[in-house]
Amino acid sequence: MKKLLKNGNVFVSKNKKFEICDILLEDDKIKEIGKELSDSEAETIDCNGYHILPGLIDMHVHLRDPGYTAKEDIISGAKAAAKGGFSSICCMPNTNPVLDNTSAINYVTRKAGDLDKTRIFVIGAMSKGLEGKEIANIGSMVNAGVIGISDDGNCIQNTKVALNVVRYASTYDLPIIVHAEDYTLSGEGQVNYGKMSTKLGVKGIPSLSEEIIVSREIMLANVTNSHIHFSHVSTHRAVELIRRAKADGVNITAEVTPHHLLLTEEECAEFDTNKKMKPPLRTEKDRQALISGLQDGTIDVIATDHAPHTDYEKELEFLKAPFGVIGLESAFPALYTNLVKNGEFQLEELVAKMSENPAQIIKQDLGLIAEGKTADLAVVNLDESFLFSENYIASKSHNSPFLGKTFFGKPKFTLCKGKIIWQD
Amino acid sequence: MAKNVNLVGRNLYDLDTYSSAEIETIFETTQVMKSIIKRDYKKIPTLRGKTVCTLFFEDSTRTRISFELAAKRLSADVISFTKAGSSLKKGESLQDTVYTLDAMGVDLYVIRHGCPGTPALVHKYSDKPVLNAGDGKHAHPTQALLDMFSIWEKKGTLDGLKITIVGDILHSRVARSNCIGMKKMGAEVTVCAPRTLMPPKIEKVYGVKAEYDLYKAVQEADAVMALRIQMERQSEGLFPSLGEYSQKYGLNKNVLEQTKDDVLIMHPGPMNRGIEIFPEVADSEHSVIIEQVTNGLAVRMALLFLILGGKAAKEVK
Amino acid sequence: MKFKRRIIDKIELDRILKRMANEVIERNKDYEDLYIVGIHTRGVPLAKRVASYIEEFEDVELQVGALDVTLYRDDLNNIEHQPKIKDSILRFDIEGKKILLVDDVLNTGRTVRAALNALIDYGRPRSIQLMVVVDRGNRELPIQADYVGKKVPTSHNEVIRLYLSDYDEKEEVDIFETEK
Ligand SMILES: [Zn+2]
Repeated sequence: MKKLLKNGNVFVSKNKKFEICDILLEDDKIKEIGKELSDSEAETIDCNGYHILPGLIDMHVHLRDPGYTAKEDIISGAKAAAKGGFSSICCMPNTNPVLDNTSAINYVTRKAGDLDKTRIFVIGAMSKGLEGKEIANIGSMVNAGVIGISDDGNCIQNTKVALNVVRYASTYDLPIIVHAEDYTLSGEGQVNYGKMSTKLGVKGIPSLSEEIIVSREIMLANVTNSHIHFSHVSTHRAVELIRRAKADGVNITAEVTPHHLLLTEEECAEFDTNKKMKPPLRTEKDRQALISGLQDGTIDVIATDHAPHTDYEKELEFLKAPFGVIGLESAFPALYTNLVKNGEFQLEELVAKMSENPAQIIKQDLGLIAEGKTADLAVVNLDESFLFSENYIASKSHNSPFLGKTFFGKPKFTLCKGKIIWQD
Repeated sequence: MAKNVNLVGRNLYDLDTYSSAEIETIFETTQVMKSIIKRDYKKIPTLRGKTVCTLFFEDSTRTRISFELAAKRLSADVISFTKAGSSLKKGESLQDTVYTLDAMGVDLYVIRHGCPGTPALVHKYSDKPVLNAGDGKHAHPTQALLDMFSIWEKKGTLDGLKITIVGDILHSRVARSNCIGMKKMGAEVTVCAPRTLMPPKIEKVYGVKAEYDLYKAVQEADAVMALRIQMERQSEGLFPSLGEYSQKYGLNKNVLEQTKDDVLIMHPGPMNRGIEIFPEVADSEHSVIIEQVTNGLAVRMALLFLILGGKAAKEVK
Repeated sequence: MKFKRRIIDKIELDRILKRMANEVIERNKDYEDLYIVGIHTRGVPLAKRVASYIEEFEDVELQVGALDVTLYRDDLNNIEHQPKIKDSILRFDIEGKKILLVDDVLNTGRTVRAALNALIDYGRPRSIQLMVVVDRGNRELPIQADYVGKKVPTSHNEVIRLYLSDYDEKEEVDIFETEK
């Protein structure tokens, strides 16, 4: 099977630049990149006016399968991912049962493998049952194919347990993905501790709750020499802690979500439960620090923390509604529209943070457009705008903070292993 | 009466959406209602045929009675729906409750709920106006209106007055709504509490002054309002003991001596006598605490009349 | 709204008020129990005016009050604008008293009905009499005035407006036609 993508504006990885050229795909590989290619056997796809990016990689997705399939399942999640330009996603283990054992992990990989859609990698639990008490069977999960471990949604509070997990996992070459939250400080907090918690009369989640755990994990990474990756960094002091630790040579990486990059706590003023997530939306100062962190490389990756909840759950009273928002389908268009189009951020940089960099962290040979590499591609039309509405969303859930917004950068085709897995 | 004020069909979630002219109209109407409460025959036929529903998901007999009596004084029918305690239980659906009540022909909802923002949620399920009777720690606009009316009635205005609110500001919806309303009416507001009971950034959020020393906070005040301190804040580790709280933040005779001669003393009730306020202050000639209760009834009558008395302008959702 | 004609001028209005004051004197003999209550808005200064004539003619002092009937209206559901209430000022106990209600125009009778209900909520007067400057017909309730300044039959699309120097620059009664 051959495909020839003609006249696209291609992100050529070796030059880290966009060039107008053709890409010839053979089976699941990129065979050739060049000008005016031709191949009589190949199916030709006209990409004139489109940008061709490496297939995007989202290393932080909650697929809710098994256990909470009213919110999302592997099939609907994979579909939403493909529609968002993602060729690969990593799913978090906070399912029911928890992905802390071989059979649960096999269930996901088998179901995902049958799909022939977006590639799904599995992240296993750090502690059994995500309870933060005993080390999960990390060794056997590695054998079952997990690409990282995380208790995401939860955070190991006991420092001794946290240390042992990190020390034990350091044998295996995988990222330890940390959701940083000190429960004694976050408590029953609902929104950022500060202006918004005061205005709404709800308990606040202080920045300190994140920063204390980030500090702790930096120290743990330092003494154990393991690779710790911080999920959804949200505060300016956390960015600074990571920046300094990286300068000191500590083996850490970090990610940020589109919503923390684009929105602030002000969004919560109307008790909109689609603006309620953990960590909470912070201040403009924090948001600016996150953008700077992204620019100077302190933050390596943009990941969505796609966390679907049904309409029924999100329509509850503010305190009762669960935390989390979806993000797969809005991520690239929202970031392109609000960070790149206005010149704050380079498109090349954005693409790297959403493909090459996460691929390196999860240690997969993906995220590059180069000859011989896997044919994972995202074809987008930067000039085409669309309304991001409930109707647009392919995910089972609609809990997006971006509903009603108009975005540019509409994904047109997504390819995984040389196959078109989604087409506008 | 201010021109162009029309509150017919309006929701009242908090005072932020009400203009000073609208609040002034509420005060003027409250005065009329108060004169009706004071006569022998206290009932008027104004809202005959209207149905007011009090939806209380949190226990508050005082507030509920005040609203229900206000509705009855205006000859409206009252449906009382209480679900205290069960509000956060699983499977409880506010949506179904409202749909059911709506089908019975309710014209206005009064809602008290432990969760902030819920009054707006009720309005999502019903096109009838919703009055917030307290939502979590967020807002309690009718209490704030009655507090403000109590000062307005005695002083003739709020503009330029200095008002001090003392107590557990962090957990007080009364303080929040009062900060919004009093600032809107031109008062200078000082909030006073131990640092652990002060909400973050309150000065920025409401444009009020935060003060941690009670003596400094009351010196210039035209009105001082004490808030009820909940005993459980001590076990939550927010202050060391009621004794120390009372010593540092209780309104006693010594504090009263530091104030202006014509200061008004207020409390939204119920009082912890001997803790946040002492009998010699609560029962002094400065105190308008008992009158606040009457004013509460009058304010609620005024609101029900202003919102229900007239053809509702089509509200844009 | 189009001006049609003046139906009572300043001099005639004064004559009417004096005449009605005399009628009240004739009919009531003693004034101890007579309280005069004007219906907001125009009825209030009219009540004061009539009271001052009676006081002048008879050398007595009368109690005058004001009554706002907004809260007693039966058409609250149909009015588009926020009804404005003015304080009812009755600084006297009406129990067992003779009340003279004063208003500017008697039309459907609904305002008077509301005023009667409002008054009765203050107590049980011995009797209530009604005085109006203009009776324009169109009654929808069985209500008649005891003292009428002038009968002016009108149609529904006409509006009668009384101007008093207490409020306005002139003092007269005009008739207007609404455009429809
Ligand atoms: Zn997380």
